[in-house]
Amino acid sequence: MLAIPVVYNFRSAKARWTSAIVAVLGIAGTVGVFVAMLALAKGFQATLVSSGSPDNAIILRAGSNSEMESGISLSNVNILQDEPGVARKNGQPLITSEVVVIAPFPLRSTHTDANVQVRGVSPNVITVRPNVRIVKGRMFRPGLAELVVGSNAVKSYAGLNVGNKVRFGGGEWTVTGVFDAGGSAFDSEVWCDANVLDGVYKRPNNVFQSATVHLTSPDAFQKFKDAVSKDPRLNVDVSREIDYYAKQSQTFTRLITILGGMVAAIMAIGAIFGALNTMYSAVAERTREIAVMRALGFGAAAVVFSFLIEALLIAFVGGALGCLAVLPLNGFTTGAMNWQTFSHLAFAFKITPKLMAGGIIFALGMGMLGGLVPAVHAARQPVSQALREL
Amino acid sequence: MASVNNNGSSDALIQVRGLNKAYRRGGEEIQVLQGLNLDVDQGDFVAFMGPSGSGKTTLLNLLGGLDVPSAGTVSVSGDEITHMSSSKLTEWRARHVGFIFQMYNLIPVLTAFQNVELPLLLTRLSKSERHQHVETALSVVALAERMHHYPRQLSGGQEQRVAIARAIVSDPTFLLCDEPTGDLDRRSADEIMVLIEELVNQHGKTVLMVTHDPIVAARAHTLLHLEKGVLVEAGKAKPGQTISAGSEA
Amino acid sequence: MKFRRLIQANLFRRKARLLLTLGSFTMALFLFAFLAVVREAFTRGESVASASRLVTINRVSIIQPLPLSYRDKIAALKGVQAVTHNNWFGGVYQDPKNFFPQFVIDPENQRKVMPELIVPDGQWDTFLKDRQGAIVGARTAERFGWKVGDRIAIKAPPYLGGQAWQFNIDGIYHGQKPTDDESQFWLQWEYFEQNVPPSFKNMAGWYVVKLDAPDDAQRVAKAIDTQFANSPYETKTETESQFAASWVNQMGNIKFLILAIGSVVFFTLLLVTGNTMAISVRERTGELAILKAIGFKDGTVLLLVLAEALTIAFVGAVLGLGLATLAIPALAAALNGLLPNLILSKSMIAAGIGFALATGALSGLLPGIGAMRLRVVNAFRRI
Repeated sequence: MLAIPVVYNFRSAKARWTSAIVAVLGIAGTVGVFVAMLALAKGFQATLVSSGSPDNAIILRAGSNSEMESGISLSNVNILQDEPGVARKNGQPLITSEVVVIAPFPLRSTHTDANVQVRGVSPNVITVRPNVRIVKGRMFRPGLAELVVGSNAVKSYAGLNVGNKVRFGGGEWTVTGVFDAGGSAFDSEVWCDANVLDGVYKRPNNVFQSATVHLTSPDAFQKFKDAVSKDPRLNVDVSREIDYYAKQSQTFTRLITILGGMVAAIMAIGAIFGALNTMYSAVAERTREIAVMRALGFGAAAVVFSFLIEALLIAFVGGALGCLAVLPLNGFTTGAMNWQTFSHLAFAFKITPKLMAGGIIFALGMGMLGGLVPAVHAARQPVSQALREL
Repeated sequence: MASVNNNGSSDALIQVRGLNKAYRRGGEEIQVLQGLNLDVDQGDFVAFMGPSGSGKTTLLNLLGGLDVPSAGTVSVSGDEITHMSSSKLTEWRARHVGFIFQMYNLIPVLTAFQNVELPLLLTRLSKSERHQHVETALSVVALAERMHHYPRQLSGGQEQRVAIARAIVSDPTFLLCDEPTGDLDRRSADEIMVLIEELVNQHGKTVLMVTHDPIVAARAHTLLHLEKGVLVEAGKAKPGQTISAGSEA
Repeated sequence: MKFRRLIQANLFRRKARLLLTLGSFTMALFLFAFLAVVREAFTRGESVASASRLVTINRVSIIQPLPLSYRDKIAALKGVQAVTHNNWFGGVYQDPKNFFPQFVIDPENQRKVMPELIVPDGQWDTFLKDRQGAIVGARTAERFGWKVGDRIAIKAPPYLGGQAWQFNIDGIYHGQKPTDDESQFWLQWEYFEQNVPPSFKNMAGWYVVKLDAPDDAQRVAKAIDTQFANSPYETKTETESQFAASWVNQMGNIKFLILAIGSVVFFTLLLVTGNTMAISVRERTGELAILKAIGFKDGTVLLLVLAEALTIAFVGAVLGLGLATLAIPALAAALNGLLPNLILSKSMIAAGIGFALATGALSGLLPGIGAMRLRVVNAFRRI
């Protein structure tokens, strides 16, 4: 088979550069949005998965659907910490007893108040949640009105920089540090000493809402749960921390999945139409050229192949451009709130190399589809007829 | 009766005086027409011949108001078209000129009927009036039974006949033909020429035709040569000489 | 129009291309409708909230209560027409997934402050006399198949005792506009007071204040907050609109996201259809020259090209919006209570068609002007 040299494709694309640019941009636009949607979904998934650890268990009062509905006394906590399966460090049980309240903080973007989750924790909380690290400043000191702020919270809400003084709950607090919770729901929270919070919010002393224990291993969960269930002194529900957070965001997960899925689906179909359109037009323009090629002796197969290469070339550049264009979005956070439980969920666009590769493959697929049909159609036309066409 | 050497005004239908047309090509100015004169009477059938590049098509374009001369005037029925604005010229063309081209230039997505109807869409005629005119035109060119066919379903000769029907449907003042048989075989060419002659002899049309085919040209009343930018009557070798009246039909 | 035949014939010249361009418009408009509907649902709180009502909450935190004694003090302030108090019930009906907002209301003042949610008088009277009575919004009633006279049970949250509370559906309320919230469940204050632990008695979750004059909002809000400043329960009062807006803002950059997507789609569509249009006009240079030779004016030729583009745009838009009209109820069903009801309003449809026509016009303009300017002589020059 006499193959049409690839340099022809380059040169011809250059010659009709306006058409080529349009084709590239058309594909870039649709692939870009499509990839962005997938990145959003991916980021959301990542947040979900990373909220909580498989080797942590959260304990709430029996029948509570969320922490804010629940109540656990200090005596309960003392019993829980000695149950089998609870990990220890230096002889101390890894358990944090927590209270979650809502406090208004102004959004950086609009300066209107957002309802932020403030979590009162035990001072040893970092040992219970090893995924959390202090990345700036230091942890709060027990018994003091000090705060550590999640890495997403400090970005979203105004006035939470290390060293700032913050008023809420009728008291004044000092921000002593920023923590990173690996992109999980905790990143949108503000943490402080649970006992101090209790006092400021005039809650009854020594009553918490939940307790979270770090287990000796993920497998220890069942042992722990069984022991707690059988214990007649306790009337609580035990779940894996990851399961609890997954459930909290169930509503929102469904919402995002359905909405995002629809947008992605529509974009995908729209992208295909757009690409087909452009490819079709591009090839249709050159019916005479194709005929000349064939008259010169290049076979139909060679012609089709040549056009496919060109279509793929354009699709590749368009796809790459689209992916690169949305790359700056990587890490851009958006969030939403579960209005039932006030739990806040912030998630970021997560653009991975795999996702971009997927975007380019999608673009190539569209290019192939869009270039194939008209190319074959043109190659099959009788040469003489094609040459006559104005 | 056509003549090429009048300088003053006459009562000819078409009067051309001192027509000049120059083109810029690659930095050079090329004078295509140089002081061309022409008079054409109502009912004349004039053929223009000349070597390639002599400016035949240019002359046709100027006569049909598709182009503007560098100098000189063109008047048709007393209207001087050389200085008309573009939009007035368009209107004028619609009413006064019928074009017949070498490549039939029918609109492929319209039927023969619809193609012929095109010029009438520019008038205020009602739909039924338009249809009547179209049918008349198509019967003149003897193509009535194919009026709902698409151009691709017609032979070359038939397409050209549709084009002729389109050219005459609005009853223009004159017809301009640019190589009307150039793309046809001998037999179809003959048929077309018979038709054009009919238009002149039986329907009193005025026809100006460019051709390179002497057999076709022979059918015209007057044969003019375009040489060195001016028209010369047939039979004369040297331009610029005073010519007496040429042959008549 | 006389030229209809010509325009039509040109459109169908290449059926595949016509289908592709139509398809592009259809999908773009479908997406447009979808985005518009979702955006409206997310921001509806803002748009329906009233500027003539105030919401008073505990300054410390929205989840902290306010004393019931505040009510009369607020009512006594100048500029206050009526005030009502509410609590959040937050119970579970059968499954936590079946979420709908449940409010404890003050029957005496509810209708004075929120007259737009309409309960037939007969049903309201029954409700007033029935301690276990409940009024439910039409949407929630439909969702669970409740009818007036039904008896249902809702499980109270653990901090309120965790028992199953019995209710009689005494009435169903309707909003007046499609955007009014018809999902709420109202129970009687007295029933609530009777059955909650002591620490929750005589406390209101928030107050809603109806103003004499909307212009007075800022002054009255300030007056209320000043009244309770430096007390154990300080207040924060703002208009309902402001309150709703801050909720919407918390929802993050939904608006921005949607705007971004919409813009990219618009631009891409314009590019793609404009290019197609340009190519289809270029293909017909000879024909357009013929038309001009025959006597078609420059302006007419431009209009012909524009008309083609606009026809595709319009038909595509109608298809896309039609598709949306069919798909959106299905979407709403799938979301089942996750978002308020989805509304594809007439103004959205009009906006969609406008957007499509604008895109069509723009995409036809450039090639159209090219066609308009075409010099017949140049077109006829043979190679």
